[in-house]
Amino acid sequence: MRIAIEIIYLISSVFFIFGIKYLSSPKTARKGNLYASIGMLMAIVVTLFDQQVLTFEWIIIGIIVGSAIGTVMAMKIPMTGMPQMVGMLNGFGGGASTLVALAEYYKMNPNIPINTGVAIVLSLLIGGVTFTGSMIAFGKLQGLVSGKVIKYPGQHPLNALLLLLVIVGGIFIIINPELTTLTIIITFASLVLGVLLVLPIGGADMPVAISLLNSYSGLAGSTTGFILGNNELIIAGALVGASGIILTNIMCKGMNRSLMNVLLGGWASAGSIPAEGSGTVIPKGNVKSIDAEELAMLFDSASNVIIVPGYGMAVAQAQHAIRDLMNILEKKSINVRFAIHPVAGRMPGHMNVLLAEANVPYDKLYALEDINDDFANTDIAFVVGANDVVNPAARHDQSSPIYGMPILNVDYAKTVVINKRSLNPGYAGIENELFYQDNSLMYFGDAKDAITKLTNEIKSL
Amino acid sequence: METFSFLMQIYVFVLAIFVGFELITKVPPTLHTPLMSGSNAISGITIVGALLSAGMKEFTISTILGLIAIIFAMINVVGGFLVTDRMLKMFKKK
Repeated sequence: MRIAIEIIYLISSVFFIFGIKYLSSPKTARKGNLYASIGMLMAIVVTLFDQQVLTFEWIIIGIIVGSAIGTVMAMKIPMTGMPQMVGMLNGFGGGASTLVALAEYYKMNPNIPINTGVAIVLSLLIGGVTFTGSMIAFGKLQGLVSGKVIKYPGQHPLNALLLLLVIVGGIFIIINPELTTLTIIITFASLVLGVLLVLPIGGADMPVAISLLNSYSGLAGSTTGFILGNNELIIAGALVGASGIILTNIMCKGMNRSLMNVLLGGWASAGSIPAEGSGTVIPKGNVKSIDAEELAMLFDSASNVIIVPGYGMAVAQAQHAIRDLMNILEKKSINVRFAIHPVAGRMPGHMNVLLAEANVPYDKLYALEDINDDFANTDIAFVVGANDVVNPAARHDQSSPIYGMPILNVDYAKTVVINKRSLNPGYAGIENELFYQDNSLMYFGDAKDAITKLTNEIKSL
Repeated sequence: METFSFLMQIYVFVLAIFVGFELITKVPPTLHTPLMSGSNAISGITIVGALLSAGMKEFTISTILGLIAIIFAMINVVGGFLVTDRMLKMFKKK
């Protein structure tokens, strides 16, 4: 029986690997997700045949309650709420690891071998941080917790102290597993650490935080695998851990910042408008604005358009309006493409999901490196709710906080049209010289309303 | 024997990390959100440990912890796979 179970775990692991492999193309991705879920079903069913599993009432209750909550969440969440959803799911994964680690601790105590003890302590730490950290991330994305960069004195020493407490306490527990109170203390310390680590991170840095928590939830799964001596948990956890680390790295590169810089609380001026004379040069020049009617005529005479969406599109839920604009332009045989910056939005791939929801074909969406050279041959670059990722200062102004960050070169287009509600600076809190350029036109208004108006004007031409 | 099987687990872990890196670098940016939610669902594999605790013969504190862990992990698994499918359904080519 033992051997049969192990073989099923192995087959289930292979299903996970194929599941992720098929995610390499949108054509096969759905099949991949199905494979992964079959792998999960196999793992769950076969575990019920384990000789340790003798009663089923709690299992049935747990499965019914968890599945019901999961189903409702997955069906109800709007596509714009996807970052929150992923944030929260990360948290439940981490929470489950912590709980399993505690359950195993109480089961085995006091006969815990050293390697299992190490795995338990790591699982409590990583799982605990993932659980509360993800809940804070969820709160920030949902607007329940301030999305601003939060700083307070002694923040880093306090975090270091908590981490030290968990490590030293952990060593004592590994040596003498009977220290039950200490185990509870390090569990709570890990939970508090998760809150304190994510609280200072600002809203626009959430892509990094969520990716990192994603990685942690995988690693927590792996540590649980070490506790149980189960290879499938180790494999699945490692796959997810690797995935999260890769995404974290891509996000950090997209902002030209180190992971440490993001974790320690963001850009110096982040979230606030720089004070007068703070060194930031406020560009001189006139801002030209344009109304829907004139803009419609401008679009009508264009042959190449690149749309650059940002978080503002998500906030205004303007993806459907943009799709309508794309359709009318294409009817006039204007070539429309989309340029997606890696950190646009609040999580990796955020813009892509929203545009897919609005039925924009994914082959019209281009990554930064694939489209950046084309702006020079483009009649109109239309920026919708993006700001820092199109600020030319990142290319040349060494005093700018975003200097060195890869940006979309919209300013090379013949005309840049920027849809924004006002001239307020973006997340980095710096002025955008793009708005003052000779070839820039501001089209003020809420993205959804303004674009709908524009589409109607084009229709009536 | 104990040390040996622990070493084998480390082996498996390290190799799986490499497999993960190879696979995930091939996922295009357009699918990064479904990748996160889908891999998230996979990390719900801790359900295995939760089942082993909640299904024990005697009712102990581990049973309660196991029960809550099952609920958490099932939210992760069911929510993650369903929401990923919902997203992937929308990705269409022209």
